[in-house]
Amino acid sequence: MPSEALPHLRRLEAEAIFIMREVVATFERPVMLYSIGKDSSVMLHLARKAFFPAPLPFPLLHVDTTWKFREMIRFRDETAKAFGLDLRVHTNEEGRAQGINPFDHGSSFYTQVMKTEALKQALDAGRYDAAFGGARRDEEKSRAKERVFSFRSESHGWDPKNQRPELWSLYNTRVKAGESIRVFPLSNWTELDIWQYILAEDIPIVPLYFAAERPVVRRGDQWIMVDDERMRLQPGEVPERRLVRFRTLGCYPLTAAIESDAVTLDAIVAEMFAATTSERQGRLIDHDEAGAMELKKREGYF
Amino acid sequence: MAHGVAAEAAGAPVAHPGEKTLLRFLTCGSVDDGKSTLIGRLLHDTKRLFDDQLSALERDSRRYGTTGETIDFALLVDGLVAEREQGITIDVAYRYFATDRRRFIVADTPGHEQYTRNMATGASTADLAILLVDASQGILTQTRRHAYIVSLLGIRHVVLAVNKIDLVGFDRHRFNEIALAFEEAVAPFGFRSVAAIPISARDGDNVIAPSPRTPWYDGPSLIGYLEEIDVTSEEAAQPLRFPVQWVNRPDATFRGYAGTVAAGALRPGDGVLVARTGQAAHVVRIVTMDGDLPSAEAGASVTLTLDRELDASRGDVLVAPGHRPEVSDQIAAHLIWMGEEPLLPGRSYLLKCGTRTVGASVSELKHHVDIETFKPLAAKTLALNDIGLVNLSLSEPIAFDPYEVNRTTGSFILIDRFTNATVAAGMIRFGLRRATNIHWQALDVDKRARADAKGQRPCILWFTGLSGAGKSTVANLVEKKLHLAGRHTYLLDGDNVRHGLNRDLGFTDADRVENIRRVGEAAKLFVDAGLIVLVSFISPFRSERDMARDLVGRGEFVEIFVDVPLEVAEARDPKGLYRKARAGEIRNFTGISSPYEAPLAPDIHLEAGSAEPEALADQVIAFLRDGGYLRS
Repeated sequence: MPSEALPHLRRLEAEAIFIMREVVATFERPVMLYSIGKDSSVMLHLARKAFFPAPLPFPLLHVDTTWKFREMIRFRDETAKAFGLDLRVHTNEEGRAQGINPFDHGSSFYTQVMKTEALKQALDAGRYDAAFGGARRDEEKSRAKERVFSFRSESHGWDPKNQRPELWSLYNTRVKAGESIRVFPLSNWTELDIWQYILAEDIPIVPLYFAAERPVVRRGDQWIMVDDERMRLQPGEVPERRLVRFRTLGCYPLTAAIESDAVTLDAIVAEMFAATTSERQGRLIDHDEAGAMELKKREGYF
Repeated sequence: MAHGVAAEAAGAPVAHPGEKTLLRFLTCGSVDDGKSTLIGRLLHDTKRLFDDQLSALERDSRRYGTTGETIDFALLVDGLVAEREQGITIDVAYRYFATDRRRFIVADTPGHEQYTRNMATGASTADLAILLVDASQGILTQTRRHAYIVSLLGIRHVVLAVNKIDLVGFDRHRFNEIALAFEEAVAPFGFRSVAAIPISARDGDNVIAPSPRTPWYDGPSLIGYLEEIDVTSEEAAQPLRFPVQWVNRPDATFRGYAGTVAAGALRPGDGVLVARTGQAAHVVRIVTMDGDLPSAEAGASVTLTLDRELDASRGDVLVAPGHRPEVSDQIAAHLIWMGEEPLLPGRSYLLKCGTRTVGASVSELKHHVDIETFKPLAAKTLALNDIGLVNLSLSEPIAFDPYEVNRTTGSFILIDRFTNATVAAGMIRFGLRRATNIHWQALDVDKRARADAKGQRPCILWFTGLSGAGKSTVANLVEKKLHLAGRHTYLLDGDNVRHGLNRDLGFTDADRVENIRRVGEAAKLFVDAGLIVLVSFISPFRSERDMARDLVGRGEFVEIFVDVPLEVAEARDPKGLYRKARAGEIRNFTGISSPYEAPLAPDIHLEAGSAEPEALADQVIAFLRDGGYLRS
């Protein structure tokens, strides 16, 4: 990044790089959770900077629920190839065999089985003692109090009332066998910082973030994309083509699009300045109940 | 990939709001001063609140709120379910907002008495503090206390937000009175800037824009002030400090020192020294993925290559020649105790300073700071949220600067060795003269020379286990066998040492720690003399055994767990002690009324309940032979 541009982004970048190096210097088996979204793209970019000229000293892990947008999977595989990444993909095979899906089982149960449980399985199997996540504190209330180095018990539980105090940049990296730390290098970034950084650094992102005509149906006040033939249409529902884009990406039946004509990064940043709703508005699982995210996190959700 | 789209954007006018700097501040105040309301107001008025967040807030306000029909902004920042139910903020929360001028990170820290540790946490990364007071209450003891903690943590800029000014009828005199009292109260803390602003967080007066309801106030609004204030620290202008975080060695041709510049600046060609050893080199390149840099200054995360190989690794600090930091294993520091368990002087903790972690124990608790009067009080221990001035003794020297000079190279945390909890935050005041200026004398006849003369590798054989486990019996046998083989040994027995060296110590936890420390130090001297030292001590706490381990070099401490079930030891009861303990005649007796923490991974595990002492002694001898401690 040109050193005179956007001093606050430079400071956030330096902090994230410091955090990543601290993990690699002190943990035995780190892993980076790669969700393919914009935050993961930024996190990956920062990691490449942190360890340059060495290749990434840890693998990337993607928990594939089998319901991600097809463009996400394509982007994931292209990215892994382009940067020579050690990408590991895990799916909860038990859940897949039982046909767990967001239509029949509800978003809450589906998320528990195909995301939270799947993640625990993959972390246990890899015996990872540190896992990078792209979560930001500005995303959701319960995240505002999460540490950068967030301790997890042997069963991956998070105890919000018993967190280690975190002072200066002196992160406590000590864990016993079986315990782990989730590390959030983007803790202090906002959604706008992420977009400005993507713009300043020209970081590749999934094309779904840019507006295009896509087949969608109206559900309540949200646009849901019909990404493949598995989408269950309700009686009378006919997909229509609309100019839409996504502010956040996840499983396609659970992720709402917004109407937008922003086809460039500049247009997206401009749209951000004018935005009146938060990005998590597009996440259907967050609205279940007050404290929904805190409950999920206690159980091990990222 | 979406590269094509991004490439199209290049060259187009960029929709960013110009050059923003980042200001980190914390807010502190008592429970009802309206801290959370102020932050909610800041987020709302700077448009960081989105429609869906507002509607969630309206819903929550009806359910948990305390403001009747209007929106309760406090609920926005009281994030955790428990907090919303209890109506108190129990942890530091970080919030983000921006204006056209600046990006802000706010640490919202609880002001309730028992949460000093959270305030210190929020203050540690902040450049400025907003202290809130209720205009109808004025300056309270708490306000002074918050100002003290803020100053202790090195914050140089404070703003007094006189909140609820509407409740005192926007009274100019009341405001002036409070502002004056505040200036007097904080004068001893030496803040570089102090400002007072009358506000109403609930109604928004003087938060974003000057309020027409306080025409007598001609200063800036709170946000106006935060946008303008210059909090630049002098770190960039100081001599270089570069803590090595990670050595980057992708292949044999590249060796880079990765780290974040803590002070000063670097340019290719600059000379640097390793603080600990004085080894010198020159910077060749400042490597980044975006190309080599012509310079890097405080705050930058970079990778350096040097013109020669140095014996430097994680934990070393590269510094400017001629401006070396202090290097010492004895330091004086302020501690803020954050552990549930109180500080035990003499107990060994881990100290993390910069990228370096060493063993540390409090050698002297100088005083405890009374938070109400700021007077130093004598103390034996520090409990949760206590602040004290201590001398620390470290297992190895560290390079540091006083905290008031540099917050990065002058700060540390203490970690409990067993629970891994962060138990204290520390701010270094100075190195203790005796250690800073008295360097270790490199002796011509050293440990190795003495040991070579005896045909052995010196070590401590540390026998731990319950009373009656058979530690002394086995240790005696081992010593006899070694002596017969012509080895040079010495045995330190728990009971015997208590008759002499440790005669002044009792059986409280603190005394037990000191007991072990002295025995460990005595054993270390014998190891230095080239001897195989046998130590037979119950030594029930893992952290104390680890402390003894840290005193000597790698491989010089052999932990031997003499393991018997409690029933067996109690049945043996050679000295009749268990009977007395059961009868309540002995307090703090290990296994009965005080815990025994068994070794998790002893070097030698002796099943002393089933095997004969002779066989156990042979097991120890075999370990020494196989481990190369005995030369044939």
